[in-house]
Amino acid sequence: MGHLTALPDIEFAQDKTMILNMGPQHPSTHGVLRVILEIDGENIVRIMPDIGYLHTGIEKTCEAKFYHQVVPLTDRIDYLCPLTNNLCYALAVEKLLGLEIPPKAQWLRVMMNELTRINSHLVWLGTHAMDIGAMTVFLYCFREREEILRLFEAISGQRMMTSYFRIGGVALEPPLDFFDRVRKFADIFPSKVDEYENLLTGNPIWVMRTKGVAKLTAEDALALGASGPTLRGSGVDIDLRRDNPYTGYENFKFKVPTATEGDVFARYMCRVAELRESIGIVKQALDGMPKGPIKADAPKVVLPDREKMKTQMEALIYHFKIVTEGFTVPEGEVYQAVESPRGEMGYYIVSDGSAKPYRVHMRSACLANLQTLPKLCEGRLLADVVAAIGSIDIVLGEIDR
Amino acid sequence: MALAPAITDLEQLKSHPALACLLGWNPASVEGAKFDREEMTIYAGRAYLREACMLLKNDPTCDFSYLSDVTCVDWLPEEPRFEVIYHLFSIAKKERVRLKVRLSGDSPAIESITSIWPGANYGEREVYDLFGVRFTGHPYLRRLLMPEDWEGHPLRKDYPVEGYR
Repeated sequence: MGHLTALPDIEFAQDKTMILNMGPQHPSTHGVLRVILEIDGENIVRIMPDIGYLHTGIEKTCEAKFYHQVVPLTDRIDYLCPLTNNLCYALAVEKLLGLEIPPKAQWLRVMMNELTRINSHLVWLGTHAMDIGAMTVFLYCFREREEILRLFEAISGQRMMTSYFRIGGVALEPPLDFFDRVRKFADIFPSKVDEYENLLTGNPIWVMRTKGVAKLTAEDALALGASGPTLRGSGVDIDLRRDNPYTGYENFKFKVPTATEGDVFARYMCRVAELRESIGIVKQALDGMPKGPIKADAPKVVLPDREKMKTQMEALIYHFKIVTEGFTVPEGEVYQAVESPRGEMGYYIVSDGSAKPYRVHMRSACLANLQTLPKLCEGRLLADVVAAIGSIDIVLGEIDR
Repeated sequence: MALAPAITDLEQLKSHPALACLLGWNPASVEGAKFDREEMTIYAGRAYLREACMLLKNDPTCDFSYLSDVTCVDWLPEEPRFEVIYHLFSIAKKERVRLKVRLSGDSPAIESITSIWPGANYGEREVYDLFGVRFTGHPYLRRLLMPEDWEGHPLRKDYPVEGYR
């Protein structure tokens, strides 16, 4: 974070270039990203992202919390896909513990995870289109996002900071009409995606602003550690849901959309295609939802049901113990990666055998994707910076942690 | 599901492609290995790290072409105090391996791998910022998240969670 000095380490190349500061409160930087640009007229000579304005020290805070207290913190890392964060953390701790998760919990996790992906992509699509000048798409996207947030509220009690996936399963049984509501949404959603595409995909202004803009080759994307749609838009076919399946994704059929052009339009097409694939996964999860418990059979780790807690002494003791002392986790370390809407999200957790994690590190997809920004922008026009930043879909909460 | 105990015997593990590759190149580069919870960890010698990474990236039997992550753990008061950790991923084989290097707490430094993976840039800067581990040969080793005039390295274990007041 170089914000103490006005011009961190950029020396003027020649008299004809000029330094332009963008952000950290610029509306198109999706949070608090500051970008320092060296421009020659309208052309970008150099671009330097400056981050850290949203650094909250979550990794340090995790070291002072019990394992189950970390779950709400993970919501706040990438606040557009809280359930993906919950999932990745829960999977990592379950791997440390060697816990097995019942099928119904796994399918619920897949279903909610895909709804989160849709939620996140809708915010991306709306804001990205608005950055480039298409206002209407934003309103359309937030109309559907509102319905997803209502579903989140129904199942977890929270619209955004859900904390729904817990270590050992999910927090609550879904309410009675929940699956019907999800199905209703899943049935109409593809027609809504058609609406977005009608507004954008063939729109000549959209195409001119995105096609051939901010190109990224597959080699550069891989070398810089890009992942997710940013990488798939450059033609690298990798999706951790299919390639390293977790939480039962091997039971679902879905395509991994890729594009070869590597420009803003290619990344846009990848994400829009993902919207359709995700809703397909939601439908499969609804069709095949197994019956059974939603929590693992591990009384020392999983909080007991409310009813048991009030009628059985053991359950009350376990509840008291988990809440006041946490639970211990065997020594060791794991790295669990999941495919978040933005790419590879990974949790590296080290346990020293106590009730608090010794070290929690979050591998942030956005941090790696942000490193591609100079490659995307240098040598291009100033107006394309906004399109480039929008196309890599960054969330500053995840970058700065 | 009971946890299987970790395997740390090099003899048992040497069939793993990454370990076989490093042992075949230079047995001195491997200080140890661990297979735990389906994950492979290799402890590399500090002096060999850059070459080991190069080998793992380019050798066709390993093909760990993608660097997922660079991070660090502080094991205060043990010595060597720091462990710098690299998570590599093979896109062709969908496999992961973890490389670890142990560094002493007394002015910790290690060679940068930004020349192999330019994407290590932010990861190494973050480790430098939050742990104070220096990466020699890094193109722009400056604080990434904390302000430039910040004192101390917040993720070290001797740094209080509430910060200094």
